[in-house]
Amino acid sequence: MTIRHAAAAALFGGLLLAGGADSATLRFADQGDAISMDPHSLNETLQLNITGNIYEPLVGRGKKLELTPLLATSWKQTAPTLWRFNLRKGVRFHDGSPFTADDVIFSYERAKSDGSDVKTYVGPIREIRKIDDATIDVVTAEPFPILPDTINSWYMMSRAWSEKNNATTPVDVRKGKENAATLKANGTGPFMLKAREPGVKTVLVNNPAYWEKVESNVTEAVFTPIKNDATRVAALITGEIDMMEPVPLQDVEKLRTNGDLVILQGPELRTIFLGMDQSRDELLFSSVKGKNPFKDKRVRQAFYQAIDIDAIRARIMRGASTPTNLMVAPGIRGFSSDLNKRLPYDPAAAKKLMVEAGYPDGFEVGMNCPNDRYVNDSLICQAIAAMLAKIDVKVNLTAETKVTYFPKILSRNTSFYLLGWTPSSYDSHNALFALVMSPGANGQGQFNLGSYGNKRIDALGPQIASELDEVKRNAMIAEAFKLHSDEVGHLPLHQQALAWAMRKNVTLVQLPDNNNWLKWVVVK
Amino acid sequence: MIDPVAAADPDRSAGARLTAAWASDVAYSFRRNPVAMASTIVLAICLAASFFAPWVAPHNPFDLKTLSLQDALTPPAWEQGGSAHFLLGTDDQGRDVLSAIMFGARISLLVGLASVAFAMLLGVTLGLVAGYAGGKVDAVIMRIADVQLSFPAILIALLIDGVARAVLPRDAQTGVALAVLILAIGLANWVQYARTVRGSTMVEKTKEYVQAARVIGITPLQIMRRHLLPNVMGPVLVLATLNIATAIITEATLSFLGVGVPPTQPSLGTLIRVGNDFLFSGEWWITIFPGAALVIMVLAINLVGDWLRDALNPKLR
Repeated sequence: MTIRHAAAAALFGGLLLAGGADSATLRFADQGDAISMDPHSLNETLQLNITGNIYEPLVGRGKKLELTPLLATSWKQTAPTLWRFNLRKGVRFHDGSPFTADDVIFSYERAKSDGSDVKTYVGPIREIRKIDDATIDVVTAEPFPILPDTINSWYMMSRAWSEKNNATTPVDVRKGKENAATLKANGTGPFMLKAREPGVKTVLVNNPAYWEKVESNVTEAVFTPIKNDATRVAALITGEIDMMEPVPLQDVEKLRTNGDLVILQGPELRTIFLGMDQSRDELLFSSVKGKNPFKDKRVRQAFYQAIDIDAIRARIMRGASTPTNLMVAPGIRGFSSDLNKRLPYDPAAAKKLMVEAGYPDGFEVGMNCPNDRYVNDSLICQAIAAMLAKIDVKVNLTAETKVTYFPKILSRNTSFYLLGWTPSSYDSHNALFALVMSPGANGQGQFNLGSYGNKRIDALGPQIASELDEVKRNAMIAEAFKLHSDEVGHLPLHQQALAWAMRKNVTLVQLPDNNNWLKWVVVK
Repeated sequence: MIDPVAAADPDRSAGARLTAAWASDVAYSFRRNPVAMASTIVLAICLAASFFAPWVAPHNPFDLKTLSLQDALTPPAWEQGGSAHFLLGTDDQGRDVLSAIMFGARISLLVGLASVAFAMLLGVTLGLVAGYAGGKVDAVIMRIADVQLSFPAILIALLIDGVARAVLPRDAQTGVALAVLILAIGLANWVQYARTVRGSTMVEKTKEYVQAARVIGITPLQIMRRHLLPNVMGPVLVLATLNIATAIITEATLSFLGVGVPPTQPSLGTLIRVGNDFLFSGEWWITIFPGAALVIMVLAINLVGDWLRDALNPKLR
């Protein structure tokens, strides 16, 4: 290349830069990584958030969590168990192929097949009928008035692409399997997957052919998992990244004083709780042999009352949590503040319950905990281990990254675990269906990992789903929560608060379900 | 049986031997060197504090029953909000930092000493064999040493640790983590001993006493053990002293990176890593004190090692 050519190239490059004033790169970080790019392989917020920029559901959520038409333009309940969805016309997948009713039917079959972790979203659907390329009828097994509220995390995939790439079923991350959809993606969303290096970085670029003009001016978004809290904070302060979450709670005050940064805090709809294996006749990880101590309500209640939730709130969460007795947060339909009264923290009473249950010397139990999923998750587990030591329960704590944690507990290879849950439909039925009802068909109890069971709650579930009268429905939800709470089916802890931090040239929308949609991110 | 030394010199009782040792050249140089004396005292305090931690530490930070989350994040006693109960403050779970340091130093010293002992055993043996045998055996051992020397020791330790993690089942890892760490650091450091011993051996083996031993038919193994080993150990001991400090730092680095000892038995490195999360938020004592303890301990060992090197070096006398 001659000097003149080089000069011309440099000039041209400069022009390009000048011309691209409205394009921007967003570098954002989280404490963990999305485990897979397959939108059906793991039902976890971060994973569904990252892949939800690439793939889209029929019905999405707006900035106030209101229902928003995405791949469906309108929907109507035409009979008690029948819904008509009109699909958006002219939408193309990133590989250029058109989106049609066949892809919806394919995505339905894929989402309910073995290996899928999102069965719970399509569980109520019995069949999808194609009327024409842009119209479908959805048949539900029971009348299901909240169907459109429950499908915003069920993403549409291309039949042709999946068949070509041999990825027609999601692979079970719980078994550590991979297929083409784990690393590649072909959706209809506003962003396309450019590069994926698991655990290192994921690069998305904007989709110029997207069906709608988006607010975002982000042309490239680089996602990096940074597990270490101090490293993540340092990366933001030094400008290595533009946005990150969660902000370690101990650093919130410090970062507020930094003029280059903006801290967004808000309540989150996620409830953090502990679950116990109540189905096996002998716990997998315990010193008690021949019986399962968690089958005894007195033991569960002793655990509950041994946990000093106010100390956890004050010391570990630094005030940024709301202790709870319910499995759902305020703001979720069906939440009842009357029922949200915790049993008192009382180690003496807890110890007495343990003695009554026949464990005066306590016992040993293995506990599983993630260390990069929820706010201060492993610290909470450590603190609870110390609290349970006071009723002579020796907790053998395994705190590990969610990449190994979720496969382990989702295969129910645990005796005692910590989990967080946001009902994706913002309705109590989702929490009851996934967390509280006995494991069954169509995703029922899919995340009831300790297999708690109560026949009355199991009977109430379908009635709640199909009840149209709000008052009757809420009464049934309250009855179910009361039964669950009286039996100490789980040990609810708290709702954590969201804390995001970004450089002040970044504007975005913080949703209480902890989703950060790139289509609303603007970098000035 | 009569002690041959005592028999030869009946006046040398234990007390007399001590007096003799105190009068020796090495002790003389020690008495004249305040830095060496001070660092020895500091080191002795560190050793005593960590060795007797279960009895002298104000709290047992690993007895979960005694922990109270209400005590968490208490600043050091002299700061506002501090408590005389927790002299150096507490961490995020309410563990006493001073006690955690004492227990942590125990693990650090254990790993340091054990890995140096292991490296010394391996290095001295291979060095003796290489130096005495020469030829192909020497060439093979020394080329392996060359290859290993071209990598930093920390990388080798990381590699060995990583392989062990991949090979061992997850449940067994916690139990053997300490042993794996000792092996990894030991294997990463044997080369220096082998090189030193090989050099000394090559010099010594040409001397007349060795040739005499060979002539009267003593086996090579016996010659190496009875005749060469005592004469090559001087520099090795100096090297070992200095290497204890390096090994402790290596262990702290690995634990800081999260691949060292499990959090259930934290070493100083683990404590520093945990405290690191609180640096920005102003709870500096959680990481600064373990860090200071590590620096003081390693500095003391290094100074003692330095002095020992000078004292045993005939050219510097």
